[in-house]
Amino acid sequence: MGEIATILHDYGLLLLVGQYPSGALGGLALTFILAVLGLALAFPLSVLLALARVSPYPILYWPATALVYVMRGLPLIMLIFWVYFFLPVLLGRPVSGFSTLLATLVIYEAAYLAEIVRAGIESLPRGQMEAARSVGLTYMQAMRKVVLPQAIYNMTPAMLSQFVSTIKETSLGYVISVNELTFAANQVNSTLLTKPFPVFVILASIYFVLCFSLTQLARQLEKRVARRRAGIVRGAAAPAALPQIAAIAE
Amino acid sequence: MQPLDFSILLRDDAPQMLVNGITLMLELTGFAWLLAMVLGTLLALVRMGRSKLAEGAVGAWVEYHQNVPMLVQIFLWYFGIATLLPSGLQMWMNRHGGEFIFATIAIGLASSAYMSEGLRGGIRAIPPSQIEAVRALGLNYLQAFRHVVFPQAFRIALPTLINHTVLLFKNTSLAMTIGVAEMMYATREIESRSFKTIEIYLLATAVYLGISLLIMAGGSLAERRLRVATR
Repeated sequence: MGEIATILHDYGLLLLVGQYPSGALGGLALTFILAVLGLALAFPLSVLLALARVSPYPILYWPATALVYVMRGLPLIMLIFWVYFFLPVLLGRPVSGFSTLLATLVIYEAAYLAEIVRAGIESLPRGQMEAARSVGLTYMQAMRKVVLPQAIYNMTPAMLSQFVSTIKETSLGYVISVNELTFAANQVNSTLLTKPFPVFVILASIYFVLCFSLTQLARQLEKRVARRRAGIVRGAAAPAALPQIAAIAE
Repeated sequence: MQPLDFSILLRDDAPQMLVNGITLMLELTGFAWLLAMVLGTLLALVRMGRSKLAEGAVGAWVEYHQNVPMLVQIFLWYFGIATLLPSGLQMWMNRHGGEFIFATIAIGLASSAYMSEGLRGGIRAIPPSQIEAVRALGLNYLQAFRHVVFPQAFRIALPTLINHTVLLFKNTSLAMTIGVAEMMYATREIESRSFKTIEIYLLATAVYLGISLLIMAGGSLAERRLRVATR
C-alpha cells in the first residue's frame, strides 16, 4: 500500500492530465475526451445506419448491414491499423495518433450504436408507426417525430453502457502511442522499472472506479426507463411527441 | 497507386509466420474460451445458490472483469502478477512461453465474467417452480441444475454466449501487445519488413472476418438445432 501511495503522489497528476498545463493533455483526461468525442460523433452516424438497417430499400439495407457485420467481426486493433495507414493517404498530410484513434472509434462505435438504435426501433410496438402514418405523417416524419425519440429514450441505458465500452476501448491508443491513461501508466512503469505490480493495480483501479460508477448509473437509468415504459410514472414529462401519439394509439 | 502484389505473402518465411500466427490465434481462442466457459458456468452456479457471501464475491469478480479494459488486465497479469510469482515458477514461465499463458489466463478470466452473466440471464428466465418441482422429485441441487436448469438456460443464453465468443476471438489480437506471435503480431511483423501494407492487412482482415462470421453462423445454426418446440 505504501508503494501505491508513493507512486500516486509522484505520478498521480501525470496519470490524471498528462503534462498539462505545461505540455500536452494526456492521461485520464484524454481517455475521457476521446470516449466522449468518439461516441458523440458516432451517434448521428449510428442513427443513419440504424435507419438504413430497418429500411425496406435493399440499396440502403445491404451496405449498412455489411458495414455493421464487418465492424462486429473485426478486432479494434485491426481497424486502428487500417485507419493509421489510410487516413494520412486520404487527407494527404500526417495525422496525429489522437485523430487516428478518434476516427477509428467513431467508425467502430457507429456500428455498435446503430445496432442499439435498431433494437430500440424494433422493440417499439408497430402501432406507433402505423398510428403516426395514419394521422398523415410521412415515413420519415413518423421516424423523426415519433419512433426515434422513443427508441433513443428507451435505449439511453444501453448507450451509457456503450460509453463504458468506449472508455475501455480507448486503452488501445497504447498501440499507436496516444498519450491516454494506459499509455501514460506504461510510461510511469518504464520510468520506475521495478514496480510494475503497483503501477498496473493503480491503472486498473482508475478504470474500475470510472467505469463501475457509470455502469451503476446505467442500471439506475434502466430501472427508470423500464418503470416509465410500464406506465408506472404517470404525469411525468414524457419525451417529446409521445403524449399526442399515445392518445391516438389508445 | 501500385497494383496489389500478394506474392509477398509467399516470400521468405512469411508463410511460416502466418501459419504460426493463425495457429497461435486459434489456440489462444480455444484455451481462453474453455477457461471462460467452465469458470463462467461455475460462477453462474454459485450465484444461483442462496449464500449472500458467495453471491457478493461472484458479483465483485464480474464487476472487476467487466469494468477494466481487457488490455489493462493483460498488462496486470503479464507485467504485474508475474513478478509476484516464486522465481522458480517465473523462470519456468519464461522458458515455456509465459506471454501465451498469461494472455490465455487474462482473456479467459475476463470473458468468464461475461459468460457467467449471459448464463445467469438464462437461469433467471427459468421459473423457480421448476427447480422446486425437480427437488420434490428427489433430485439434489446439482442434479436439478445439470438436468433441468442448465439445458434450458443454455439455450436461452446462447445468442449472448455466441456474441461473447466472437468478442473473445477478436480480443485475442490484444495478446500481440505482450509479444504473443499470433495473427495480428505476424501481420505487423510482415508489414514492417515488406511495406506491402494493404496486401497483408487485407489478408488479416479476411482471416478475422471469416472466422468471426463462421462463429456467428455456427451460433445461429446451433440455436436452430437446439430449439425445443414450445407452446
